[in-house]
Amino acid sequence: MPEPVVVAVTAPLALALAASLLGGRRGRWPGLLAAAAVVAAVALLTRDVVAHGPVRHQVGGWGAPLGIDLFVDGLALLFLWLSAGVGAAATVYATAYFHDDEAAGAFWPAWLTLWGGLQAVFVTADLFNAYVGLELLGLAAVALVALGGGRAIGAATRYLLVSMLGSLLYLLGVALLYAAHGTLDLSRLAAAAGEDGLERAALAAMLAGLLFKTAIVPLHAWLPPAHADAPGPASAVLSALVVKATLYLALRLWTALPGLATAGWLVGALGAAAVLWGGLHALRAPRLKLLVAYSTVGQLGYVLLAFPLLPSSAAVAGAAYQALAHGVAKAALFLAASTVLRAAGGDRLDDLRGLGHRLPVTAVAFGLAGASIVGLPPSGGFVAKWLLLTAAVRAGAWWVVLVIALGGLLAAAYVLRVVGRSLAPAHAGAPPLKAPRRLEWTALALALASVALGLVAAWPLALLEGLAP
Amino acid sequence: MTDLDPSFWLPALTVLSSLLPGVAISALPEERHRTRTALNLAGALAKLVLVGVMLLGIERGASYETRLPLVAGLDLVLHARALPMLFVTLSALLWLLTTVYAIGYLEGSPNRARFFGAFSVCVSATTGVALAGSLLTFVVFYELLTLATYPLVVHRGTPEALRAGRVYLAYTLGGGALVLVASVWLHALAGPFDFVEGGAADLRMIDRGALTAIFALLIAGLGVKTALVPLHGWLPVAMVAPAPVSALLHAVAVVKAGAFGVVRVVYDVFGIGLCADLGVTRPLALLAAATILWGSVRALHQDELKRRLAYSTVSQVSYVVLGVAVAGPMATIGGLVHLVHQGLMKITLFFCAGNLAETLEVHRVSQLRGVGRRMPLTMAAFTVAALGMIGVPPLAGFVSKWFLGLGAIDVGEVWVVPVLVGSSLLNAAYFLPIVRAAWFEEPAGPWPADHAPGRLDAPWLLLGPPLVTAALTLLVGLFAASPLSPLDWCRLIVLREYGP
Repeated sequence: MPEPVVVAVTAPLALALAASLLGGRRGRWPGLLAAAAVVAAVALLTRDVVAHGPVRHQVGGWGAPLGIDLFVDGLALLFLWLSAGVGAAATVYATAYFHDDEAAGAFWPAWLTLWGGLQAVFVTADLFNAYVGLELLGLAAVALVALGGGRAIGAATRYLLVSMLGSLLYLLGVALLYAAHGTLDLSRLAAAAGEDGLERAALAAMLAGLLFKTAIVPLHAWLPPAHADAPGPASAVLSALVVKATLYLALRLWTALPGLATAGWLVGALGAAAVLWGGLHALRAPRLKLLVAYSTVGQLGYVLLAFPLLPSSAAVAGAAYQALAHGVAKAALFLAASTVLRAAGGDRLDDLRGLGHRLPVTAVAFGLAGASIVGLPPSGGFVAKWLLLTAAVRAGAWWVVLVIALGGLLAAAYVLRVVGRSLAPAHAGAPPLKAPRRLEWTALALALASVALGLVAAWPLALLEGLAP
Repeated sequence: MTDLDPSFWLPALTVLSSLLPGVAISALPEERHRTRTALNLAGALAKLVLVGVMLLGIERGASYETRLPLVAGLDLVLHARALPMLFVTLSALLWLLTTVYAIGYLEGSPNRARFFGAFSVCVSATTGVALAGSLLTFVVFYELLTLATYPLVVHRGTPEALRAGRVYLAYTLGGGALVLVASVWLHALAGPFDFVEGGAADLRMIDRGALTAIFALLIAGLGVKTALVPLHGWLPVAMVAPAPVSALLHAVAVVKAGAFGVVRVVYDVFGIGLCADLGVTRPLALLAAATILWGSVRALHQDELKRRLAYSTVSQVSYVVLGVAVAGPMATIGGLVHLVHQGLMKITLFFCAGNLAETLEVHRVSQLRGVGRRMPLTMAAFTVAALGMIGVPPLAGFVSKWFLGLGAIDVGEVWVVPVLVGSSLLNAAYFLPIVRAAWFEEPAGPWPADHAPGRLDAPWLLLGPPLVTAALTLLVGLFAASPLSPLDWCRLIVLREYGP
């Protein structure tokens, strides 16, 4: 029987090939198969980690430094679950989303390739393999954005440039580290890490590259159009998952190699700027999907706010839980928004009046996921906020507390722009809306999951323990 | 095997008894009126039964606690003890009455599925606030309450209602953020702790400056829902909501959740002793007194009936805070019992205001002349509640004020007495003209709706609830001294709070 950790990466990649061979809308069958395989593999992997602690697997038995080493602990599992859950929901959504063979034929291979790259990043023990995964998912992500056509082509081009630049910076850092230590295995590096200038430069380059790809303010301008103009299921995975891959690596690097710990405040300050900047722009966005995309800029800022507070266990847990909760809630928001866009033929905010009547399931999904984004209890967003606030208070970082509080109010204000209009009566003569059930219910399922994350937080948080000192 | 022990799940079931029907109702198609009504009433009755079981158990010394791990070593705790049961009983009883009223009130109007769904979730959140056994649990339900109330406030969907909803959320989410920060801060300093009579023991080890700041943050945050001056601005604006919503908001759900939070913070988080040591009770009492007087003064000038009632709420809810802050056993009894008494009286007034608006389209005080002869039963209920608010013996409000005044004198805070007297005079000044105009003046012209002699003022669904609550206003005053009256229950609470 193949190792679950290997299946989790290779199944989507192999099935991407199958999807491109089948072509057109038939690609949905390999897609669904990949979803089943990934969920099953992550479930088995969880069982192993719970039973025996972190799993290390040497592909082909070669072992470091020659072979490919895979490593899965609680933190990796959290992100794998995020990827498995959101990926499966987006897959189901996509089976009902694409009408024509051409778009579907491009979507399925690109999405499954992206998924494989994503999983590779989450399970890698080695910084170079992480680079390979990042490149794979980066290129596939650009292809997904370009599928939107029209406006999206420009957004995709910008995205491609940013992504390449970020990858190059990261690769530069990786090369420097390899020159210094002769290994790229993260645990060996952690043991060998020193404090010299070269190593700091290497780390700085890597982090800069990663944060670049995470759309950190002021380098965020590429994200909102790219995420807003992509096709529905693509928007969801881009905003919920793709930006998390780089954040995950940044978090890993930061906790393993503390060489840059003194620069944490800088990352934190950028995070604070992102929370406020993203929130303010979401308040002014004229279109629903653009609003949701700006919200991503702001929400990623919360994760960065945790960096100056690392390596406290509350900060690690808060950052990871924020990434998880945001991912699930944001995917729900994007799927709901895309359903509205498709049913109404447009997503101008002023046309959303009466949405509560016209597409009730989608409106409820948006409201519930929105509550998690705001951080209202009982939701995953609330738990993340509680943990981050706890870390901030313990460290005496009152500015972080203030930013988190303000960010929550900003988020409430922009979510209310949508919810308030949904509850208002529709414009006279507004046509009734119809959407396939599968589109409406996958968004609702994710929205419910984002709320449930607040109620069952004890379990995923227990998985995380043991990661931080 | 605590999981199989029924007493483990009773508090959780009490919350779920309204939450599950709420979710089911929201999912129900709009036209399924009968199923919706059946679900609603079944939930309300189930809650009353659960509350009854727990009340009897607690009287015999049993205790009920649901505890589930939530985050960072903190648990979601729901516990049924004497103090929570006071609030839960009130909310369970008034939920049933308000549901009956709302079914009558909203007959034939659109969006009823949404309305009753949110209404039930709102009551569940209130129940959770009441039963919360720890600060984190309290915060969870306190914020859920904000969320569930919003669709009710904007129910009519008019621009005015949407604006009221925005104002409501701006105030309450701002307050919620303060409560959240203060709670995280306190837990970061003190570690996990539950609500305990007399206050959490470890708090005395903490720096006094930090404790005072946390207390101030908590009161400022809770003060928003309690409508403490100057944080009361949302309450008169939220008046655009339908009458049953206003009734519930003012009597049980939102303002009471705030006031109950203040009670919890003073008694079961800090403890009254520590609060006195920190010197925070006197400023809190002064703030409450200022709110009592300011609310009454503002009420004098409102011609719109519901706005006048809203400012009256601003004033009356602060009696609870005053009783808690003056901090003697007697004053505490007065404050706590007012939590129940104000609820009964204020819900009566709002039911009556709703009836006047529905039947005769009367919204303003100046339109009330002679209405007593047209709607005698409604105005009788209104009069009983208004006299109770003023504090006329032997009605409910008198009992509260009596204990508040005696308690204040008891601990040497004599300044409270003129505040109470002044407030009563102001209450009389804004309620008595209504009563006089309704009963003793001639109507300005013919009433819009025809009235067959011998018929009731309004459909019985709208008339029954205010008559019941008005009767209760009289009964809890008359029989204040008998066992299991609200007053008696408050004595029990105070005995446990101040006891050894």
